[in-house]
Amino acid sequence: MNLVINGNSMELGDEVSSVTMLLEHLGLAEKPLIIEHNQDILQKEHYRQVMLENGDTLEIVHFVGGG
Amino acid sequence: MLKIGQYQFESRLFLGTGKYPDYDIQKQAVEQSQTEVLTFSVRRMNIFDPSLPNFLEKIDPEKYTFLPNTAGAKNAEEAVRIARLAAASGRCDMIKVEVIGCDRTLLPDPVETLKATEELLKQGFTVLPYTSDDVVLARKLEEAGAHAIMPGASPIGSGQGVINPLNLSFIIEQSNVPVLVDAGIGSPADAAYAMELGADGVLLNTAVSGAEDPVKMAEAMKLAVHAGRFGYEAGRIPKKDYAVASSPEEGISVRN
Repeated sequence: MNLVINGNSMELGDEVSSVTMLLEHLGLAEKPLIIEHNQDILQKEHYRQVMLENGDTLEIVHFVGGG
Repeated sequence: MLKIGQYQFESRLFLGTGKYPDYDIQKQAVEQSQTEVLTFSVRRMNIFDPSLPNFLEKIDPEKYTFLPNTAGAKNAEEAVRIARLAAASGRCDMIKVEVIGCDRTLLPDPVETLKATEELLKQGFTVLPYTSDDVVLARKLEEAGAHAIMPGASPIGSGQGVINPLNLSFIIEQSNVPVLVDAGIGSPADAAYAMELGADGVLLNTAVSGAEDPVKMAEAMKLAVHAGRFGYEAGRIPKKDYAVASSPEEGISVRN
């Protein structure tokens, strides 16, 4: 399955089927972050239900220093 | 007490979190400033190196109100998207609208700033637009329902201080919502001056993070904001062209 994450094309096994599993796969499960899936901003409680498909695009963002 | 929408703050100093030499100095500076509001930007995470530290892990986030900005947005649509991303963190519904219209001066785009403000208000955000010192735009932002107005003192990061005190005074005079002077503050004198003009608060970043000793400067800014506010409340004397003696002119002892 191919996903585009933060502009990078990534090949992932089909077992990475949900947003929760993707975060675990990337080692980001405990990080404070925000996810946009196919231009849809996700609420944290929905990560488990949102299923990933070939060609999906994701933006994974977080708070950084700024004024 | 500073009231913005449903929020109340004792401190009138809002602090940015960008460009500190390191997280330990930043943490000390934030503590020393006694700020209650920290600004942040929203950016892509480095998904290839999840071990990279983040400042949020260094502080107790419960102690602060987060004011994310929409920096990076070039138009209202992008600003609204960044605001919604920030809100999805579940940490805050306050947003600093920042729509830059000129890469060289980093001055805000007035039309897109107003549009973004209107849309975010419709969506229920507590909206604090960063704006130029344009008096009419400030009025229109307030009429749209902005919870505070944040005019720049001078260009972002320039450290030039308050370059148009007259416009700033007009904005402060006409506004019924808090006016926070945001951007361009360079020194404690600048912050105190903005507060003496009647600003309800000051938002600054580089003046502290870029100082030789950011921790000491954070304390200096805290004191300057206090001093300026007290000075404003106390009511300064009018300026006169000529000297007026402070000592009595009667009863001067002379040898006859």
